[in-house]
Amino acid sequence: MIVRISGEDQFRIDESLHAQLNQLDATLVQAVETGDEEAFKAAFSALLDFVRSNGAVVGDDEIETSDLILPPDDITFAEAGEEFTGEGLIPD
Amino acid sequence: MAGLTGRMSTVVKAKVSKLLDRAEDPAETLDYSYQKQVEQLQNVKKGIADVVTAKKRLQLQETTLKQQLVKLDTQARQALSTGNEELARTALERKNVAQTELQGLDTQVSELEAQQEKLTDSEQKLRAKIEAFRTKKEVIKAQYSAAEAQVRISEAATGVGEQMADVGLAMQRAVDKTENMKARADAVQELEAAGTFDDITTLGSGEDDIDRQLKELSSKSAVDDDLEKMKAEVSAPSGGGAQLPSGGQGEGSEEQQA
Repeated sequence: MIVRISGEDQFRIDESLHAQLNQLDATLVQAVETGDEEAFKAAFSALLDFVRSNGAVVGDDEIETSDLILPPDDITFAEAGEEFTGEGLIPD
Repeated sequence: MAGLTGRMSTVVKAKVSKLLDRAEDPAETLDYSYQKQVEQLQNVKKGIADVVTAKKRLQLQETTLKQQLVKLDTQARQALSTGNEELARTALERKNVAQTELQGLDTQVSELEAQQEKLTDSEQKLRAKIEAFRTKKEVIKAQYSAAEAQVRISEAATGVGEQMADVGLAMQRAVDKTENMKARADAVQELEAAGTFDDITTLGSGEDDIDRQLKELSSKSAVDDDLEKMKAEVSAPSGGGAQLPSGGQGEGSEEQQA
């Protein structure tokens, strides 16, 4: 599967790691929902690190559509919250 | 994936399909996509230029503030050496405010620098993808039947569309940040206009509005520390016989200078 870290790169990741990714994402969601900023930061960088260390960067000359898109690494806690309430990171 | 990443993916996909939907005739997809890609690249360049402009403005303000810092420091020393502690305190209070502003500007300049770097990076990536798209479309046209070529070109267009959406996001965030910086630059300019960082020689007799605000703004203890340090420095290096006796030297009898 292909995972994009927004503002960074696309990474090719083995399908078998999907469950682990899901687990990391769930931790992230929980942190946002409980309003725990520290936990959010830790969970988010764990997720990004997982993708970076387990994925191979997709070359600039390859055109691929991502299966999954992660927010940019400098996303703030407030922005992450907006992402849930519908404001979204990407305006129309 | 239903979480944050899932939502992010959904939003981007919706944006990409909206981008491509506009070309209703499948044959137009290719031209339309390519045209959009080139437009987006121009937008990114403009975005980078805006960030650079905002950064330059902040850097100019930094230079002015640094000059004022030196001037106010000198004036505080002069005031102290003539025994006018009140005036020295006022100068140090102004210096303190200027210093705080300077630190704020510093942080923002480096933030803008990071944004500039990110955008430049994004621009290069998008450029590479567009280039790849152009090559790919020729290969596809040569190798596949019309119907199949269309499918493959659509796939490629979606892929580049995602890259464009991603650059769009980076741009939006850069614009937001730049707006914040402008607000900060304006605030510093207002302080400047109000004479906050002006020479103390331009001060009138009594306390004006600025002085009262200054006292609230500046950290009292920081100013006190500065004052003590400066006092020590001003009295120390004279070294000769003209030292003042440290005995019953009162400090309370000084009048503020008009």
